[in-house]
Amino acid sequence: MKKIYGLPGGETLELDLAATANFLVRFIQKELAWRGYEKALVAVSGGVDSATTLALAARALGPEKVHAVALPHKESSPESLAHARLAAEAFGVGLEVIDITAMVEGYAQQRPDITPYRKGNVKARARMIVLFDLSMAYHALPLGTGNKTERLFGYFTWHGDDAPPINPLGDLYKTQVWALAEHLGVPEEIVNKPPTADLEPGQTDEADLGLKYARADVILEHYLKGYPDAYIERLGYAKEEIRRVKELVNKTHYKRHLPTVAVVSNTAIHEFYLRPLDFRIEL
Amino acid sequence: MVRHAVLQLAPEKGQITRNLARLGQALEAIAEDRPDVVVLPEAYPTAYFLQGGVRELAMTAAELEERLSELHARVWEGPLDLVIGFYELDEASGDYYNTAAYLELGGRGLIHRHRKVFLPTYGVFDEERYLSRGHSVEAFETRFGKAAILICEDFWHSITATIAALDGAEVIYVPSASPARGFDQARPQNARRWRTLAESVAGEHGVFVALASLVGFEAGKGMSGYSLVASPEGKILAEAPGFEEAALVVDLDLERIPPVRYENPLLADLKTGLGLLWNDLERVKERL
Repeated sequence: MKKIYGLPGGETLELDLAATANFLVRFIQKELAWRGYEKALVAVSGGVDSATTLALAARALGPEKVHAVALPHKESSPESLAHARLAAEAFGVGLEVIDITAMVEGYAQQRPDITPYRKGNVKARARMIVLFDLSMAYHALPLGTGNKTERLFGYFTWHGDDAPPINPLGDLYKTQVWALAEHLGVPEEIVNKPPTADLEPGQTDEADLGLKYARADVILEHYLKGYPDAYIERLGYAKEEIRRVKELVNKTHYKRHLPTVAVVSNTAIHEFYLRPLDFRIEL
Repeated sequence: MVRHAVLQLAPEKGQITRNLARLGQALEAIAEDRPDVVVLPEAYPTAYFLQGGVRELAMTAAELEERLSELHARVWEGPLDLVIGFYELDEASGDYYNTAAYLELGGRGLIHRHRKVFLPTYGVFDEERYLSRGHSVEAFETRFGKAAILICEDFWHSITATIAALDGAEVIYVPSASPARGFDQARPQNARRWRTLAESVAGEHGVFVALASLVGFEAGKGMSGYSLVASPEGKILAEAPGFEEAALVVDLDLERIPPVRYENPLLADLKTGLGLLWNDLERVKERL
């Protein structure tokens, strides 16, 4: 008698990469089109998220319709700029380099008490200012590059790197972005290096977070779907890791929302008055 | 043979005039195929996700009929039957519904209205916050035979198609709007499920199923498309691609229904056997 063992089933983070890429390409095309844009703008950091976003944008619009911009600061790692160039070359997109040192230091000099951490946030917000100005100059829509893991952990500068109006990668975990990056031909050096925000010298994401992405993503997926901790532990994850994931998610919900407004009426925006962001009527 | 055209279109959010003009162009594009019945997706005139904007964009069935009749007179020679999903305002009650209408344009006009019974209000969906439920599924006579309409989640409950088939429907029209999710395979998970459902419902009851599924992006949500027509054996006769506009032109041979049902008489068996389960249906209903 032939015995056949069934699969245990369960959640998967696996993606059909070709189908995912096609969907994200279409997303970029359509979300630009109804907003009246033909061109996109990507701030390229040298990391895997922005390189992958750039690859998708080039595929969606043609490289000539994509502006890539690197925004180094004097304290940024030289490797970041080198990798930004590498990404732009890989996808045939011209790269503009705008140094934000003068912007950031102009403010920092007036605040001698500024810490490296605070200055890191100023850098991220300076980049946002440049990005939105270039958007107007080129009539190109800025693309966000934040992945789902960092969005869930609140591991970004609020009103900084989360500011662009559309984001193709925001529902993909970091490990999924890595897989997609390889599929799209993002250069190996970029895919394989340890991820870093490069806001402070020597920084890495996994050291900051106290978690490995490969493990955090599986915990997140189960936590978001409502599996109890005991179930996640049985999959081979430690209590401490699970607690850390839940802690990061739950202290940062505000960063995934618009600012809190005191509700005093029955027409409070987003509380009572609800419209999708693409809503419009004929007038 | 009743020639059907399933139009898988991408409406622009809230742009009713433009979307109806786009429908006019699509009709002109398929005019040479001379379809008898054209099937459109759920919420076609406005697109699907409106939240509280339903109140601003819903129309009465009479308004819809007027606008479609005007369009029909402009672009079409002869009568045309049309199935279309739209947000409906019932003026008498002031209630809003997710409705699909069957219209005989150039003939009797509006001949049937199905108001969605199962309003998804979970996950990415929030229909019951803004809409009232319909409370009936029934077959109706068209000039070609008997049909029924089920909207999107209605069709995910096998009991609705069962009622439609028991009521005599030979064709079930399913306008839908299904945001793509689950990209672990080439075809997203929701679209795979739609295909399986259509095959099994059509095959179980010996009916044709025509699924018209919306496309286009609505604030990041990609409506998946993959519209299809299934035969009474549960075979896919035509299928549209995902995410892009397409027209399926399919001849439904209603004369094939009796022989197919003779070979696989599940519907007849159900008609006879249903009474045996009636007590249990009552019993479980009492416990709900």
